[in-house]
Amino acid sequence: MTTTHDAPPAYEPLPEDADLWTAKIRRKLVRALPPDRMVPDRQPAYLSSWIYIFGALTMSALAVVIITGTLLALEGPAWWHLSTVGLFVNSLHLWSVELFFFFMVIHLWGKFFMAAWRGNRTLTWMTGVITFMASIGAGLTGYLSQTNFESQWIATQAKDGINAIGAGAFFNVLNFGQMLMWHIMILPLAVVALTVLHILLVRTKGIVPPFEIASPEGGAHADATAETAGVEG
Amino acid sequence: MFASISLALGAIFNLMGSGHYIHWGFVQISVANLLVIVLMVVTFFAAILIPFRHKSGGKS
Amino acid sequence: MSKNRRFNPDRDVNPWKGAYRPYDIAKEVTVCFIVVALLVIVLSALFGSPDVKSVTLKSWSNADRVDFATTAIAELDGTSGTATYGAPYNNVAGSGQKVGPVSLVNLMGVHIPVNPSADFVINPLTTVTGQPALSKALATFKAASPAQQAKWEKAYEDAVAKAKVVNNTLVVPAGPYGPVGVLIGELTSMATSGALDTSIINSSGFYSTDYTKSLLFVADSGYLANKGAAEHLSGDQWGMMNGTANYPGQPWLWLYTLWYQVPPFSTSWSANADALVWAFMMVLTALLFFVPLIPGLRSIPRWSRIYRLIWRDYYKGRV
Repeated sequence: MTTTHDAPPAYEPLPEDADLWTAKIRRKLVRALPPDRMVPDRQPAYLSSWIYIFGALTMSALAVVIITGTLLALEGPAWWHLSTVGLFVNSLHLWSVELFFFFMVIHLWGKFFMAAWRGNRTLTWMTGVITFMASIGAGLTGYLSQTNFESQWIATQAKDGINAIGAGAFFNVLNFGQMLMWHIMILPLAVVALTVLHILLVRTKGIVPPFEIASPEGGAHADATAETAGVEG
Repeated sequence: MFASISLALGAIFNLMGSGHYIHWGFVQISVANLLVIVLMVVTFFAAILIPFRHKSGGKS
Repeated sequence: MSKNRRFNPDRDVNPWKGAYRPYDIAKEVTVCFIVVALLVIVLSALFGSPDVKSVTLKSWSNADRVDFATTAIAELDGTSGTATYGAPYNNVAGSGQKVGPVSLVNLMGVHIPVNPSADFVINPLTTVTGQPALSKALATFKAASPAQQAKWEKAYEDAVAKAKVVNNTLVVPAGPYGPVGVLIGELTSMATSGALDTSIINSSGFYSTDYTKSLLFVADSGYLANKGAAEHLSGDQWGMMNGTANYPGQPWLWLYTLWYQVPPFSTSWSANADALVWAFMMVLTALLFFVPLIPGLRSIPRWSRIYRLIWRDYYKGRV
């Protein structure tokens, strides 16, 4: 089987349907996100380093963060102070967050030293940086949602920095309800949406090739023009 | 039942004592954070230095 | 993109024409997830997570009645941290940090009004009924001129500096502080009983999810500052990246907290340190964001040659 679909379509798309919005959206989607590019079986031979797994490790940690956060949400923000099960779930949430940042920063270092923005991958880099920033916000609001001494301390300290840039007027770190909403609704949505966008960009563009150096067959490609550049894969 | 399970899974090492900190000039860092950062650097170099073995075996 | 733009190795790539190898992404993700989940379970079982009990007005005032009364009189006479804060809580001439000539906090104005003398002292005391001495003191205080109020407040401030706690009761030396002694004394009793916590939190109704006022009050105390410093959480202790006890905190904030420790942020710029550190971090974040577009910065990876290690299989046999 050479087809990338499991099941054959119930009908062949008909030419007279081509103007339907649905058909147009489908054509656009298939063109923008071809399935064999999204979930490929093969990768370029230069993928040969453990540094490549840190994206997947970051994503995995994010999944654990969201699962454990959902478990905490089931019983509410004060549960973990009162229950040993709750405390353990809180521990799972804390350590998955520590690992999430741990892997994400190593992923960032790796991509930096590979200059992974080359070949029209600027947006991939930028979505990564914004995801990092949104995650820091999620981390901060998480600490503020603990409802313990650490929340009190961080809230009363962080207010000065956030007030100083004028943001404190509408982002009040002393307002627990507001911070909890940001932590369990707004920022997770942002981090997950940004991550999905980031991964779609990675899959669409493919992984960045190594820097060109003199190859056995000939000279460096220093005289190549940008016409061919960036259309790799 | 849940309580006994979570007791069994409770923290084995108690980190709730007063924090350990390292002072070095103007730098002040908790041992825990330093450990995390050192581990990150070590992991980074391990990731780029440890040979990556392809399951399909073949060298390209 | 101009068609004839010169090839820039830090921006452009040539299409990959080399070999492709089977690589099981689904398996990679699955194995990663299982490994991470197990690691999280092991770390949690080994170390758990910290939970230091919150400070209440009750616990603070019981632990240190003199500190509470000292903070309370500062709230009443308008010298506390919150009373002199300015925007977004109140209008205070000359307040508000600046970046150069611009004070963003003042541009945004007062959005979360807090009036410490009313919100923290007078209003809670007004809710108390059946205490004739307190009612009388409140009436006397409210009827007095601002100048008279200020005189009483100053006298109490001087007296409370020599206050003691005897048998769990605040004992302030006598002085010409008029009704203020009764006011702060009753407020301290309210605080130690826990009634003040409830009174401030419930001031906007039965339900509350907003602890702005209580937190600002507690943050004005010496008690919280000492507790924070004991946990190495103060700003000048790189506290932003620290967690309580022996737990890792937010080590990813190391760069942000670093600037607070070094000149000029820690010295000549310290009055505006929060605003300036934020402004500086925004510039640095923008640099990180725009790395792919910034000549020089985007060449660091090529110069560092770490890529030769990452792709050493590929470069094998190439010179």
